This record gives sequence, C-alpha cells and structure tokens, in this order.
Amino acid sequence: MMASTNDTATNEPLLEISDLEITFATTNGPVRAVRGANLSVYPGETVAIVGESGSGKSTTAMSIARLLPENGKVTGGSIRFGGKDITSVPTREILALRGNEIGLVPQDPMSNLNPMWKVGTQIKEALTANGMARGAKARSRAVELLEEAGLPDASRRANQYPHEFSGGMKQRALIAMGLAARPRLLIADEPTSALDVTVQQQILDHLDTLTADLGVAVLLITHDLGLAAERAQHLVVMYKGQIVESGPAIDLLQNPQHPYTQRLISAAPSLASRRLVSGTKRAEVREHAHEHLQPAESAGDRTAPEFGDAEANLDAVIQVQELTKEFPIRGAVPWKSMPFTAVDHVSFEIERGTTTAIVGESGSGKSTVAQMVLKLLQPTSGRVLFEGKDVTTYRGKELKDLRRRVQPIFQNPYGTLDPMYSIYSTIEEPLRLHGIGDAKSREAKVRDLLDKVALPAEMMRRYPNELSGGQRQRIAIARALALDPEVVICDEAVSALDVLVQAQVLELLNDLQGELGLSYLFITHDLAVVRQIADRTLVMEKGKVVEQGTTDEVFHSPQQDYTKRLLAAIPGGAIPLAGSETIDVQAPPVADEDDPMPTDGPSQTDGPVDPFSRAERA
Amino acid sequence: MRSDPRTARSVRPAAEHVVASLDETPLQAVDAVDTTTAPRSMWSEAWHSLIRNPVFLISAALIVVILFIAAFPGLLTNQDPNYAKITQANQPPSAEHPFGTTRLGYDVLARVLYGTRTSVMVGFFTMLLATLIGGVVGALAGYVGGIFDAVLSRITDIFFAIPLILGAIVIANRVDALNVWIVILVLGVFGWTNIARIMRGSVISVKNEDFVTASTALGANPVTNLVKHVVPNAIAPVIVTATVNLGVYIVAEATLSFLGLGLPSSSVSWGGDISDARPALRTQPMMLFYPSMALAITVLSFIMLGDAVRDALDPKARKR
Repeated sequence: MMASTNDTATNEPLLEISDLEITFATTNGPVRAVRGANLSVYPGETVAIVGESGSGKSTTAMSIARLLPENGKVTGGSIRFGGKDITSVPTREILALRGNEIGLVPQDPMSNLNPMWKVGTQIKEALTANGMARGAKARSRAVELLEEAGLPDASRRANQYPHEFSGGMKQRALIAMGLAARPRLLIADEPTSALDVTVQQQILDHLDTLTADLGVAVLLITHDLGLAAERAQHLVVMYKGQIVESGPAIDLLQNPQHPYTQRLISAAPSLASRRLVSGTKRAEVREHAHEHLQPAESAGDRTAPEFGDAEANLDAVIQVQELTKEFPIRGAVPWKSMPFTAVDHVSFEIERGTTTAIVGESGSGKSTVAQMVLKLLQPTSGRVLFEGKDVTTYRGKELKDLRRRVQPIFQNPYGTLDPMYSIYSTIEEPLRLHGIGDAKSREAKVRDLLDKVALPAEMMRRYPNELSGGQRQRIAIARALALDPEVVICDEAVSALDVLVQAQVLELLNDLQGELGLSYLFITHDLAVVRQIADRTLVMEKGKVVEQGTTDEVFHSPQQDYTKRLLAAIPGGAIPLAGSETIDVQAPPVADEDDPMPTDGPSQTDGPVDPFSRAERA
Repeated sequence: MRSDPRTARSVRPAAEHVVASLDETPLQAVDAVDTTTAPRSMWSEAWHSLIRNPVFLISAALIVVILFIAAFPGLLTNQDPNYAKITQANQPPSAEHPFGTTRLGYDVLARVLYGTRTSVMVGFFTMLLATLIGGVVGALAGYVGGIFDAVLSRITDIFFAIPLILGAIVIANRVDALNVWIVILVLGVFGWTNIARIMRGSVISVKNEDFVTASTALGANPVTNLVKHVVPNAIAPVIVTATVNLGVYIVAEATLSFLGLGLPSSSVSWGGDISDARPALRTQPMMLFYPSMALAITVLSFIMLGDAVRDALDPKARKR
C-alpha cells in the first residue's frame, strides 16, 4: 500500500512517464499509438496534454491506470507513480491505485453514469470500493461529495437518477466520484468537450478550486489549446503519437518552437480570432454579387425564375419574419400535450454575399431555425422569404428550384454522406436529380467541384468510409455547390472537426464565398468560429434572439448579459498573443448557470426540457 | 487560475521547454489524402472480410456442393429415386447401392441426392417470396410511419402470432394437388413476418440519417429517397436474416413432409424419407441417418453463411 501523505518536502514528480511506447494490435498489424513519450506531473500541478484526435493523448493518459483497450499494450518505457515503477506490477496493485491514488473523470458525462442507479448510490459504490466508508456513513459522505462538487441541494440530488441531471450536473457528479477517495492524481479526459461553453467554464473553475484546495495534481486531456493554456501550468503537445513540444503554458503559447505547435496556435479559433478576409475585399464581393444578379438569372442553362415581388428587397436574399415553432411535448396525461416553444418570434435578414451567424447553446433553437429556412420543418407561425417570396408556398417545380438555390451542409461528417455511394455518385446526385447535363458534362463538373474543395480527382472512385471527417465535410461542401446555389445553410458544419481541419474548412468556405458570391447562414455554438467567418451575428437564447448586430458590434460592445457571459466563457480568449485581438469581456455576476432545476421548474438553461421529470415532480 | 492552495505543492525544478526535433515527427499536410490504397465500397470491404472468414469458406464450400447436387443429381448416381424394386428391399450398402436400399427397395443414395433439389428449391424460393413480402411491408411501414405503420405492423403481428408450421398445416390440408410451388407459397405467406419487422426497424433508423435529409434538401422526392438511399442502407440485416431463414424454411418443408402434409410421395423429400425410415429405426438406423444428415448439413451451411455475412456486414465490427 502506498503512503497517502503528500510528498511536499521533496521535489519528486508524482507521475513520471519516460520513453513510453504503446502498441495496438489491429487487423493491419501492430500500430504504434504512442512513441517515446516523456512527461512528468508534479504534486498539486495541472498538466495538459493537447493534440488532435488520434494523436495518442488519451491513450497515454489511460495507460497510467492501465485502462487501455484490450488490443493495446505498453511495449516500452516506464510509468512511475509516487516514485514506484507501475509499468509491470500485478493488476492487483493497479486496482489498489485506481480511485484511491489515481482518479478519473471521463469524457462523456451522458454515458458514464449507469441510468438504472441513483447518482448517490453510484458515488457510494465508489467510496465502498475504495474502502473509504460503508453503509450510512458512505451515504452521508456521498452527499458531502456532491455538495463539494458544486451541486446545490445535494441530499435531494443524491436520490435522483442520471436522467434527471443536466449534462453539467452529470459531469459534476463524475468529478465527485473521481475525487471521492481523495486521489493524488486526477486524470480528466476531455471533461467538458460535450458541454456548452458557459457550463464548461463553471465546471472547470470549480475543478480548479477543488483540486487546488485538496492539493490534487491534474492531468488534463484536451483538444482545445486555449482551454489548456488557461487551466494548466504546463503544456504537452502531442502529434501522431509523439510529444513534439512541452513547456510552461504561457511560454509555449507565446514562443512556440515546433512547427506543429505554431500551426495549432495559428489555427485555434479562440486564440487567433479575426475575420478571415478584410472588409474592403468583402465589399467588392458583395458588389460583384449584385452585378451578377440580374443577367445571371436569365442567362445560361437556368430556367428564368418567376418570383413576383423579387425587387422588394433585392439585397436580402433571405428574410425571416417573426418565425415561431412550437413542438407538442407530453404532459402529465397523454391527451394533454403542452406546446414547447423552440423558436420564438425570430426575425433577421441575410444580405446577398454575406455571412450571417446564429450562435447559441444547446437547446437555443438555432438548428430549428435552420431547418425551417431549408423548408425541412413547417413553422408554426411567421414567414421565411426567399427573394421576397414565402417558402411555405413553394410547390412542385418551384420547390425543386428552391432546393437547387438553397443548399445545406450538416454537422456530422460521418452521417451526411450515404455510405453506399461513391464520392462521384454523391457529388453527381444533385445534378442527376435535377436532370442537368449528360454523363460527360456531369463528370467534368464533379472534377471541377473536387478541385474547388481542394481534393484530387482520383478521389471520385472512393467511398465515404475511406475518408477523414474533414475530407467528408469537403465532399459535402462540393455536393452543396454542385447546383450553383445562392444560399448555403451551414448547421454546425465545422464543430465536429479538429482545429486544424476546422480552420482549413472555414478558409475554404470563405474563399468560395468570395469566388462565387455565396450567402451563408452559419449555425454554431462556437463564438470563436463566428468571429472568423460572420459579418452579422445573432445570439439566441431559449428560442429568442437576444442580441443581433454586426459581428464587430457583438464582440466589442455586447449589450446583453447573456452575450457577455458567452464571450467571457471562450477558453483562452484573454491570453495575449502576438497578432491577435484578445477577447476581454467581464462576465456579469450570475446565479449558478448550470442548475437547471433550482426549485421546481424545469430546465431553464441546459438543453431541452425533459417532460418525463417534469411530470414526475408535478 | 488557482486560488491560494492550502496544501503546499512542490514545483518543477526548472521550467523546462522541450521541443522534439523535426526529423522525429515530420510535419504532414493538414488532412492529407491517402491516394495509395485502392478504393473500397462497403460491399467490397464486406467481401474482403468474408473471404478471410473460415466459417464463410466452409459454409460456402458446402453450399456450392449442395447446389451442384441439386442441379445435377443424376451425375452422382445412376439409380432412379422413384424406382422401387421390392426384391432388393432392405439391402446393406453395396457397389450398386452405396447407402443400401429401403424397406420398399428404393436406392437411399439416389433419394438423398434427388431430395436435395426439393429442399433447396423450397428453401430458396420461399426465402425470395418471404423477403419480397416482408421487405416491402417493412420498408413501407417504417418509411411512411404514422397510422399506415400502425396498421401494417398489426397485420404483421397477426401473421406473427400464427406459427409457421401450424399455418402451413392448415392450408396444406385444404389443398388437394400439392406441389412444390404451393408449398413455397404457403411457407412464404406465413414466413415473412420477421423479415418485415427487421426491415421496418432498419428503415426507421436509416431514414433519420443526415444523408437522407441532405438528399431531401437537394430536391429528391420521398420515393427516390426510399429506393436510392434508405433501402440500400437498410438491407444488410435483412440479407442476414433471409440467409438464416433459408435453413428454417428447409426444415419447415421437411417437417410438413414428415407429417405427411407436405409434398406427395411422388416427389422426393428428405422429410418424407425420414418419416418412412421411422418404423425400421431399430433394425435399419442408417435409413434414417442419411436423409437426416443431409438435412442437417444443408441447414447448418445456410445458418453458418448467415452468421458469416452478419459478421461482415456489421458496421461495428469494421474499422472506420
């Protein structure tokens, strides 16, 4: 058994990983996931491992508590914990370490609590398993721990089931569990990547205070360089299984040595946030679009559209007026459903050749707006006008023409392409559906589109399962552009991508806008991305637009408290870096944002209302 | 940042800033495209994993042999399966009759070989019919949804509640001139329900995928979507079930014939032969053994094939 006192006197690292090699046995032979990794964590310190997906950051962290998947093995180097080599000790000793000495906060709070058990019971289980307490004592200790993790009314919460908790509350419960046995090292694997920014900030703030008070060292795994720099004293950057750079957080950020780190820093939206193209150039683009408007409509292979009052406001390609969508949700009795207003009187315009962004947290109704603009959902009331004509009145041939001119790009790059279709058939599909050209001219068009999204033409014969997320998203963009649309609706189009790939796709979208005079409606939860791409910004909260204006106005002089809170929550926004503006907004003091049910009401902030729990309490 | 910690913590000896040399990890282009490997569709990838699966290789080899026998039973024996020579009854295996003869003087080998044709025909065509009915009902119910789904699903439930064999017995009893096609029709009409259920569930999960929405937004109409995107992506589990079902239908036909309710004695069927061999079980167990063995091997091959196909088509089993 290890001594549980802190080695405060010595300057020995708590965790020391040297020359670590991890190999996975796969069907294609062994894959070296981690190669020669060296890193150390000193007692009470926070160290962050930063890297893109597949860089080996989680694998490194999981190997410490021997939690690698079955086909993964440590094949070289050593892991020393508290001065003892634990690389090859028997599993029994590792079991003793887990929980007691090394705590773990997993990535996905939604799936890491057992839905069949009460939250309190699950924490009690962690206490009993580590021999901390038993029976009634364990129960009261569990409540204490939940309280400590920042859950108000902890004794009642301990008796609730995970589905009654919001994402943030679940993550707090998992932190409580991770810290239950007072470990000396806490491994937090992307602890907040599934949460909204404001909730993320609160959770991390709380984790900071808590671990500092307890003197727990934290090994934080994250893909977000800004977040890492803000929370950790020491940064470790991983790339393709190797540690390419490590050093003190601020020093590493301001003075990156390795080209990969430099690339990461320049791509991180929260750190280098500026509009990608200068204002004058964009004005030209807009002018260009205007000139093209009249002749382009009648010339070429297009059928001349007959939109009645098109000149009503030529500038605004899409006008959204008082748009409202209500969904029926189950009430206390089956025949009494009550309306839930997902979108509440939203109005805005998209000017031709510009980008309008809608930002909001999950459940703010931003995607519902996008679906109504795309005519995939029928609004309860209000209108969406495309070139002055209400889209709900479009039928048959007209509707098909509308579909051609307004194109979507969706969030999930893995879901948006039909796995049965080759890349060629995928991009050719819209042309085929609209009967444009013959086989030969279509192939030429597909080649041209692939070239536009910077992919080689040989890609045509491949299938989606062979491509990376970023490549799939570029194919989705090529498909959306096949019909020469005027408006592209991007619903969280880059949020599933790694930062570098995200930056690449954003730049591509921006270049295409300049080249083709496209208008974008950009739906996102990420304010930093908005700043890079949008001309106008709408901030949505609970179905309502709380603030709208030019992006500069919104970022430099936010009027609403909600906007200020969102801005202040951008991780790493306040870190001074050469060549970027810092975002320095003071968050207004608020009551605990992440308490969705302070007394009896349903969730106010965090995701859709759960009709189940409401009925239960009623 | 951290607020004053109560516990003193040790500090790093020196704030070291370590950089790996570029030679160790050469920087690659962001999101580089791999152009070296050959393109692979989902089906070709499934095929690649299939031909490496021993279960598939064994079952496929058996099925090839079975299909060959079903197509050309006369190549392996020169005896007529329907020629009973009472003077040669109950003979042990000999050069002329490798498996011996039955009580009535039929050649056992010839009957086993010719019986293959009946079984495979019934199994294969019933599978086609059941998959067609079940596939269409399930796809429409899942895709259209609402009241339409409720009605179709309840109709499916009604058929599901009638056991395959029981339904077939009732119908077969009413028909006078029973032949292979009527048996196929009867089994198909009662055997499509699990296909319908699987198709419905599969279609429901696929129709909510982003690529279907994307196709709608591109201007595809619902029918195009169903035929071109939803069904091709929902068909994999149906193929698996249909393959396993093939074995089930073969057993069902044998059962009907065993009970004397299936094919008339003029057509050779393993079920009928097993039934005929029953009275002589103690004296001539081999008469029962040969058709039973043939039945077991055939059914097992199709079930094994179904398993192998399931492994190959399971998206979770495949690497991304």
